[in-house]
Amino acid sequence: MRIDHEIIESIIEPGSKVLDLGCGEGELLKNLAEKKNAKVQGIELDENAIYKCVEKGLSVYHSDIDTGLKGYPDRSFDYVILNQSLQQVKNVDYVINEAFRAGKKVIVGFPNFAQVKSRLILFFSGRAPVTNALPFKWNTTPNLRFWSIKDFKEFCRESGIKVVSEYFYDNGGPVRILPNVFALGGIFVLEK
Amino acid sequence: MKKTSKGSLGVVETKYFTFNEPLKLECGKTLSPVTVAYETYGNLNAENTNAVLILHAFSGDAHAAGYHKGEEKPGWWNDMIGPGKAFDTDKYFVVCPNIIGGCRGSTGPSSVNPATGRPYGLDFPIITVSDMVNAQKKLIDHLGIKKLLSVSGGSMGGMQALQWVANHPQAVKTCIPVAATLKHSPQQIAFDEVGRQAVMADSDWNNGEYYGGKQPERGLSIARMIGHITYMSDQSMEDKFSRKLKNDIYSFSFRSDFEVEGYLRYRGDSFVKRFDANSYLYITKAMDYYDLSDGKLFASGKNMDTRFLVISFKSDWLYPSYQSKEIVQVLRGRQADVTYCEINSTYGHDAFLLEVEDQSKLIRSFLERASRK
Repeated sequence: MRIDHEIIESIIEPGSKVLDLGCGEGELLKNLAEKKNAKVQGIELDENAIYKCVEKGLSVYHSDIDTGLKGYPDRSFDYVILNQSLQQVKNVDYVINEAFRAGKKVIVGFPNFAQVKSRLILFFSGRAPVTNALPFKWNTTPNLRFWSIKDFKEFCRESGIKVVSEYFYDNGGPVRILPNVFALGGIFVLEK
Repeated sequence: MKKTSKGSLGVVETKYFTFNEPLKLECGKTLSPVTVAYETYGNLNAENTNAVLILHAFSGDAHAAGYHKGEEKPGWWNDMIGPGKAFDTDKYFVVCPNIIGGCRGSTGPSSVNPATGRPYGLDFPIITVSDMVNAQKKLIDHLGIKKLLSVSGGSMGGMQALQWVANHPQAVKTCIPVAATLKHSPQQIAFDEVGRQAVMADSDWNNGEYYGGKQPERGLSIARMIGHITYMSDQSMEDKFSRKLKNDIYSFSFRSDFEVEGYLRYRGDSFVKRFDANSYLYITKAMDYYDLSDGKLFASGKNMDTRFLVISFKSDWLYPSYQSKEIVQVLRGRQADVTYCEINSTYGHDAFLLEVEDQSKLIRSFLERASRK
């Protein structure tokens, strides 16, 4: 099981209403529905992933995240999840605001661009980093933005977003020291 | 109804249900008696919980699947309905009624007006999508079904499916509107109006009093040609016809040189043989009056229990995806459980009849989940 999914599952309280933005083939949502009895919905751009989700019995909306949040009543979800998807969003501020409008809490998970391996690749080989967390070459990556854990904390401060809790991980499990250097990714539970 | 082979329903028959109780129409008038032509496939289970209502598009009819005796062409959604198909008749009891106002067995302007003993013509009251649905409700009651497992259809069939939710929410467990809308847009009304004007400009139309004589074939045929243009996409027309000629050279006349011209003429000509011109007027008007926007999809203030699968097609410019997305947004506002997929198709509006595989994937899983809980 994916470690980021494991972390997110541990965060969600049983029976929560959850919206996953960029839900892929719906593995996380299915687990949340089954293990946490959560009421789940997803938004996903990839058509084949939508078929996989529907096969799993999930309710999903075929759209990009930038335009996909219209129509949800305010605060209609306990959690809105942006896991490994914010880096592909065109208008970050708008999506974050919409996520906070639709949800009481927002969970953001993203790859840490400043992880030591990325730093070393960039510094010593002079190449754009390709790592486990950022597995794409520059010309095929779906990612539009690259940022670090430090960048994100600053973003939250500047946007008036409160960090409720934060989790850092690498391939082996949780990272406790110097996450901005050692963590492949971070997961933040946010409130506004 | 016998199964001839796996996947096929074999020979099927249209049945008729007539009720005398006057049907109150949205325009204020009543209609009586009312006959609803319908077909059924599969078997109703003991609990009456596996019924799926299939609603046809503008020019469709009750013959959705299987074959009529002696005919080579199957029903209009044969690829989707049958044993092992998306609407699996081994599991579900499928009911497909012909709309009132139509001309394929249900009461419409070509039916006999009991007051005069002659066809109604323009004495037929203006009907709406809501009236069609209320007539269907009588049929469903007659069949002993309290709650439909699903109501589904493409184009105007999808509009009826949504109207079912608006009129009888407690009778609909799930709803699958395909290539549909909450309301006709000015562009959709405009195409309908051009079609109506083509019919009415034909002198054979004679204010709707042509029964017993020749129907306004030229006008109706032109209306249908316009319709077919709107059902295709730029891409599907390029793929199907390109600039291909029927006889390798230009005739330098107004004969139809291009294959696309021949196709439209053929479609127009074959349409007039099976469709009534007055029905064309009545049904297009019903679609134009249709409007479930501004909260009208929800009769009560309560949240929606009905679950939805909304499907659109990327190249459909007659019922564009944004209209399906509007349906979803309204449903979200009422916390309804809704799934939406825009199928990547080049077939335009016709895709709901042609994109069998992708639609089947969605509908099969969705219905399985619906029949589980």
